[in-house]
This record gives sequence, structure tokens and C-alpha cells, in this order.
Amino acid sequence: MAEPLLVVDRVTRRFGGLLAVNGASLTAAEGRITALIGPNGAGKTTLFSIISGFLKASDGTVRYGGEDITGELPHRLARRGIARTFQIVQPFAGLSVRENILVGAHLHHRAHDAALAAAEEVGREMGLSDLLDRPADTLTVAGRKRLELARALAIEPKLLLLDEVLAGLNPSEIRDIVPVIRGLCGRGITIMIIEHVMQAVMSLAEHVFVLAEGRIIADGTPAQVAVDPRVIEAYLGHGAAAKLGASHGY
Amino acid sequence: MRGLGPIAIAVAVLAAVPLVVHSNATLNFLIVTLMIALAGQGWNILGGYGGQYSFGHAAFFGTGAYVTAVLQVRYGVNAWLGFGAGIAAGAALGSVIGALTFRSGLRGSYFALVTLAFAEVLRIIASVAPITGAGVGTLIKLDLGAQAFQFQSRAVFYWAVLALVAGSLVATRLIERSRFGAWLIAVRENEDAAKALGVDARSVKTAAMVISGAITAAAGCFYAQYFLFVDSGIAYGTWISIEALLTPIIGGVGTVFGPLLGALVVKSLGEGAKLVTGDVPGLDLIVYGAVLVLVIWFTPRGLIGGFMQARKWLTRRATPTASSIPEAGRG
Repeated sequence: MAEPLLVVDRVTRRFGGLLAVNGASLTAAEGRITALIGPNGAGKTTLFSIISGFLKASDGTVRYGGEDITGELPHRLARRGIARTFQIVQPFAGLSVRENILVGAHLHHRAHDAALAAAEEVGREMGLSDLLDRPADTLTVAGRKRLELARALAIEPKLLLLDEVLAGLNPSEIRDIVPVIRGLCGRGITIMIIEHVMQAVMSLAEHVFVLAEGRIIADGTPAQVAVDPRVIEAYLGHGAAAKLGASHGY
Repeated sequence: MRGLGPIAIAVAVLAAVPLVVHSNATLNFLIVTLMIALAGQGWNILGGYGGQYSFGHAAFFGTGAYVTAVLQVRYGVNAWLGFGAGIAAGAALGSVIGALTFRSGLRGSYFALVTLAFAEVLRIIASVAPITGAGVGTLIKLDLGAQAFQFQSRAVFYWAVLALVAGSLVATRLIERSRFGAWLIAVRENEDAAKALGVDARSVKTAAMVISGAITAAAGCFYAQYFLFVDSGIAYGTWISIEALLTPIIGGVGTVFGPLLGALVVKSLGEGAKLVTGDVPGLDLIVYGAVLVLVIWFTPRGLIGGFMQARKWLTRRATPTASSIPEAGRG
């Protein structure tokens, strides 16, 4: 069996005395949606930043498509096909929606007109057609999340790292965007999501890794991790699993 | 090529001026104004489009001026070749300063201070080094004729500097519509987001500094040919660093016409203030400064930004519902 598209092998990251990520290993299988969940401060975003080159790992390796990419610069990783979105959306605030997407589209389309056409196509797919001329900083939260997604897609990625794209959206907006993410996977893009909205994780991901205090404490299908005592304890505190189990017993 | 029409019109109008105006004083004023516009256009590439505010563009202006002058005076190089060498030297200096500052990740005020320091170091070196004529400066021998890039007629000098300005306008427009330009603006807006989209921020900024340095150096080369004299206080003086950043900021940073408009306004303002205040020494500078403060106060994005704001405001008033419609259909 071939190696998964992304293999994170015992990655550690220290910030001074703080161990943000502690020997975490995970994989993302090609063409699938993998989720990374865990309580606040578990180190999920740190791990994403290491994979996408924004932070250096203190130890461990990251392999992508069979090659060691540990410590490679973000723009080189983007050129290899790794795209990421930011938890705190980072639009080019002074530019229009179209110009925002255009920056990404230029990666594989040197000519202005070709890039513009590609950008508009991606904008349409993400449901931003009516907003292309709007300044990015006038979009609603949902609009900004879609823009973040559109820009990442414009670089035509093979691996898409989505950092809480659903956070801050209302239930109907979440219902709108979940099929969009599933559609991307259907096109063959490998997706890894960090997400707190459990209902979405359950419906999207085929495999879930649970990170707590920098360590991967469990992994499996969404149904498996949801009942894993270690996961319940990580979220609800020590002893919570036993109490829950007891209450179910009666 | 789209978008070149306005440039063609502006240049054509400016080119017609010497046919109407024959006063040497007026032409001299316009020549200096266009030279400042050229220096400002260089600054605009790096500062306006790239968001890297340099306080030391004198480094490029002075290098262009000295290379042109010294090559002719000391090595007998032809003026046109000297001119080209001056521009190339400005580009080379841009790559050196860019590599040093951007490699160490300098941004914002730190970048501004370091560029200022580069210009000051060059000024001090030029004021003592024998090759630049040290404190005496370098005088280019009067040798009227096209082959020496020296002209009897002010009008010809005027057209020469206008041609350079036209070139810089076209270059800026081409950059705006290129991949390099899109990436440069992206770096200005948000460097991390740009990197995540595959933009090599450091080389994009360095390339911008090379182009920027070359254009501002061209203004310096022209200065040397026009005034036939260069010394360290002129070539590397803070005055040109300030003129180069003030004109685009007043006119509109990150716009094609910003530096040209800014130079025309700022220079006219300076002359106008002198006329109004008459003989009282220093009063013209106070008036000049006060008007600049007002312009920046009311149009923080420059005059062109102010015009666009006003136009948007007017069209919104004309069609009050237009802006509310696109919002309606969103879920």
C-alpha cells in the first residue's frame, strides 16, 4: 500500500519551556477528509503551521507525497500543492474579492487574463459571484470564510488544510458550506480540517485524530473517537468518562 | 494594451506645453517638477505598491547622479552610456539594500530607518571620497550637443525628462497588470497570507526595490545632465528622499498617476506660497507646510484616493439603492 499523502511523524514544537506539540504523529490519506480535533490550546493550529511551513518543528519530520518537506518555506510548500486557510481570516483587506482570489490564481497562471478567468471561476464555485467587486473588508464573516477558502483553492492545491472554516458561522451557513467542502474532496483534493463544530466533523471526516496537550491521544472513525474514554476525559475532565459510563449503566 | 490610453493623453498634453510656454523660468520649474515626479514614481513602486516605506531614496538618486557624472568626468565615458550606467547602478544598489534589509526581515519603521541610514552613509562617503570630488563635488564640462546629452534649449530637456516620466508611467501600469504586481500588492496587504498562496515575499520585495532604485536613479542621472554639477548634499541629501516620498503620498500612493499629480501639486504649491507671501523670509514654507497638512488631513489616501472617494459618494447619492441590492440575496 502506498504511503498516505501527508505523514506527520513524531513532530515536536517547543516555545521556550512550553511543549505546544509533543511527538504528534498523524496521516492524511489521499482523496479523503481527515479531521484534527481537540480542546482549546491542544496545539492543533501549531501543528498546521508546522505542516504548512510557517513554524519550524523542534523535532520530527513531515512527509508529503513521499518526500521529506520538514522546514521548507511556506511559499515553496504552496507551490508543491499545500494550501492552508487561517483560523483568523487574513483577507487582503484593501483589495476586492476578485483581486484577492487573483493573487492565488496567479500561481499557476502567469498571464493576467488567464489568472482573472481562473479567479472568477473559483469565485463562482464558492458562491462569491455577486461579491467579486466588493472590497474584501466589507464581507460578512461567512463571506470572509468563503473568500479564505476560494483563495486557497485558487492555487489548485492537492492538500488543503482548513483551520476552523466553520467557526463563527450560524447553523444555516454551516449547512451551506459543508457540501462545498465535501465537493472539493470529491474532486480529488485531500483535506485536513481543524474543527470544533462536531456535527460537521461527524458528517465530513472519515478519520479523526484527537490532539490534547500536544499529544495525539486517539484516532479512528468519528463514531469510534466519540465514545473513546480518553477523548471524553480530554474534553470534560478527569473522571468524566467513568461518570458518564455509570449513568448509562443504570 | 488596455489602460495605456490615459497615459498617452497625459503625456501628449504635457508634451505640448513647450509649444505654448516659452518662458525659461516656467520650463525650468516644469523640468524640476517632472524630475521629482520621476523620483517619486520610483518610490511609489516599492512604497506605494509594495508597502515598504523608504526614507532613503536619496541613495538611488545620488548613485544615479554620481555614476553619470563621475564616468564622464573621470573616465571620459559618453554621457548616454553614463546615463544608462547610472540607472543600472541604481538597480544594483536596490538589489544589495533589498537583499540586506529583507533577508533580516525588516519591516515598517525599522525598514524606513535603515534605508535612511544607507542614504546617510553614502552621503558621508561621497563627501570625503576623492573619486566623487569629495567636498568640492563633480562638475560636468559644458559640451552642448545631443551626443553629450546637453541641450541649448530648455524645451529639449523638458521633452527628455517627460520621456523618462512616460516610460515610468507605462512601466508602472504594466506592473499593475502583471503577476509580479498582484504579488507585490498582496505582500503589502498581508505578507503571511501572500506566502500561503505561494508568493516568495522576499524576492518580490527585492525585485520591487531593484525597479524602484532604477527609476529613482534615472531622476538622479537626469539631474546631473541638467545641472552639470553634483555634490554630496544634493545627490544624497534628505531633500530628495522627502520629495520622492511626499509626491506619491500627496498624489495617491499605489496609483499610476499619483507621483506625477503629487509633484505638480506640491511644486506649484511651493511656488504659489512664495508668490503669496512675497519677501517675508520663511513664510512661504509655513504656508506650504500648512497646506500639505490639510491635504493629508482631508485625503489620507492622496488626491487620487480623494477623487475616487468623492466619485463613489456622488454615484451612491445618484442611485441610493444600488449599494444595498447585492447584500440582499446572501444567505
